[in-house]
Amino acid sequence: MLAVLLLGGAAQAQEAADPLSVPPSSEFPAHPQRVVSMNLCTDQLAMMLAAPGQLLSVSYLALDSRSSAMVEEARAYEINHGRAEEIYLLEPDLVIAGAYTTRATVDMLRRLDVPVAVIQPARALDDVVARILKMGTLLGHEDSAEAMAAQFIGDLSALTEANEEGPRAALYSANGWTSGDKSLAGQILRAAGLRNVATEKGFSQGGILPLEVLVMAAPDMVINSGDYPGHSRAEDVLRHPVLDVYRAPGMRSDMRDRDWVCGTPYVLRAIKRLRNDRDQFQRTAE
Amino acid sequence: MRLEIGLGLGVLGLFVASLTIGPANVPAIDSLQALFDNSFGPLTLVMQEIRLPRGLLAITAGAGLGFAGAAMQGYLRNPLAEPGLIGVSSSAALGAVLAIHSGLAANVFLGLPLSALAGALVGVCLVMALAGPRGGSLTLILAGIAISALAGALTSLALNLSPNPFAANEIVFWMMGSLADRSMTHVWLALPFVVAGAVVIAMTARGLDALTLGEDAAETMGFDLSRLRLLIVVGTASIVGGVTAVAGAIGFVGLVVPHILRPFAGAQPSRLMWSSALGGAIMLQLADIAVRVILPTRDLKLGVVTALVGAPLFLHLIYKTRKELP
Repeated sequence: MLAVLLLGGAAQAQEAADPLSVPPSSEFPAHPQRVVSMNLCTDQLAMMLAAPGQLLSVSYLALDSRSSAMVEEARAYEINHGRAEEIYLLEPDLVIAGAYTTRATVDMLRRLDVPVAVIQPARALDDVVARILKMGTLLGHEDSAEAMAAQFIGDLSALTEANEEGPRAALYSANGWTSGDKSLAGQILRAAGLRNVATEKGFSQGGILPLEVLVMAAPDMVINSGDYPGHSRAEDVLRHPVLDVYRAPGMRSDMRDRDWVCGTPYVLRAIKRLRNDRDQFQRTAE
Repeated sequence: MRLEIGLGLGVLGLFVASLTIGPANVPAIDSLQALFDNSFGPLTLVMQEIRLPRGLLAITAGAGLGFAGAAMQGYLRNPLAEPGLIGVSSSAALGAVLAIHSGLAANVFLGLPLSALAGALVGVCLVMALAGPRGGSLTLILAGIAISALAGALTSLALNLSPNPFAANEIVFWMMGSLADRSMTHVWLALPFVVAGAVVIAMTARGLDALTLGEDAAETMGFDLSRLRLLIVVGTASIVGGVTAVAGAIGFVGLVVPHILRPFAGAQPSRLMWSSALGGAIMLQLADIAVRVILPTRDLKLGVVTALVGAPLFLHLIYKTRKELP
């Protein structure tokens, strides 16, 4: 769900060329020694691939157990909040950022001649491999990145079970947001042997699926995002009485944001869990 | 009587129309049949659990706001008095937000509407105290602006402090109002408060009529003005609190409807209040149909539509009453 928040607002910003932004300073160092990551997803990839002492700081989101799969590991690093000042004072020789968040900070750092590498978020399972290799190149650990990517490809194909007859499921999170086949979440769903209701309804990437349309589509399973603390009207729609029937065991599953948000090998964990829920549904149905 | 019958038929017609409109494209006849069906198929669920509560809430909220608006205008003898404009709705929204985010709404029976009612009560009392019993236009509007701004700011603050990442986006809902994806639970939450408020205000009908002759005349005729004032305050707070707790702050209904109906119903508050209730139900149903037809996927807020109609009229009224301003 966090991904939706992060992506939603900045989607338009991607295309627009920013006249103030300075082009990235010529080259990145081949073996950076003081690396700072300021994006949840790059945090995790960097922690997996960096040599001891190479990575100085990760973002505060890496400590949030809802969105981060590597909270324990992150405690060993300094925490940044994506602000230019604190990052500049760390004297990094490489900053790794995500494409959408903290754009102003990225521009500022580049004006200060700090090399900033921007990594796009993963939109598909194939992107995970590309992101691992990119991170390996940036950190100067191509070999271990290739090994990790090979492992991921092997594990993924062992786990994947495309099934055109599988149960029909809908990803449904706050504000009625759903994801189609051309999104990371949608591909996790398909890899777990489920058919995506959003795709039937013509959503390829994602969009708002009205509650009425969801009910009329009568999916076999509804996969909700996890509850955040406190209350929001955005999540009210997930508890609407009309969806009560999907609270039965075997009819529902959870998106744990920490495994679903980022294109890291942790998506395998999401696929595994979803496959278990699917098996439970099929047992209940029989 | 002919006016009331016409308005009543309008309310019913729009209710049926509203039941047949929605993002799931279903023929009107099928959907109306499914409403009375016991099959528990998807269409029945959509009709009974999504569209029916939405239609009922539009009627409840619209009627309540129209009624409260006409009563306030009658009491203050000022056509600019309207719960949304004078800060009562935003105070109610603040009460509702505080109840939701402090856990009161989840843990106390009727915690949500009661807290919204308390917020509305504070708002009405502040406005009445600041504007004085005669409710001069300038002081009324200035008091309203101040209270709206303060309540709006505190609402934003409460939502920003919430640990929930989505809460901050809901400022728009609480300031503009929406009926999307509400359930029967919300209808049962709002309806008793709106009905109770209407009953309380209805008791003031003859007093308000007498008040059109002036305060002295009304007192000579035996009406207790402080009792009248208390009933108006409590009744308005109950209606606005109940509506705002489930639908957010919807502005301008109580302003536009009595203004349009006054030439037909006459200036007699007791009659205008009832026709304004019917007119309010019509206006809010029209607005709710408009948000679904114009931008069906965007959850356009109700307040946007009511303000587009209401704000120009409000300016017109200010222009007309400018003469009495210093």
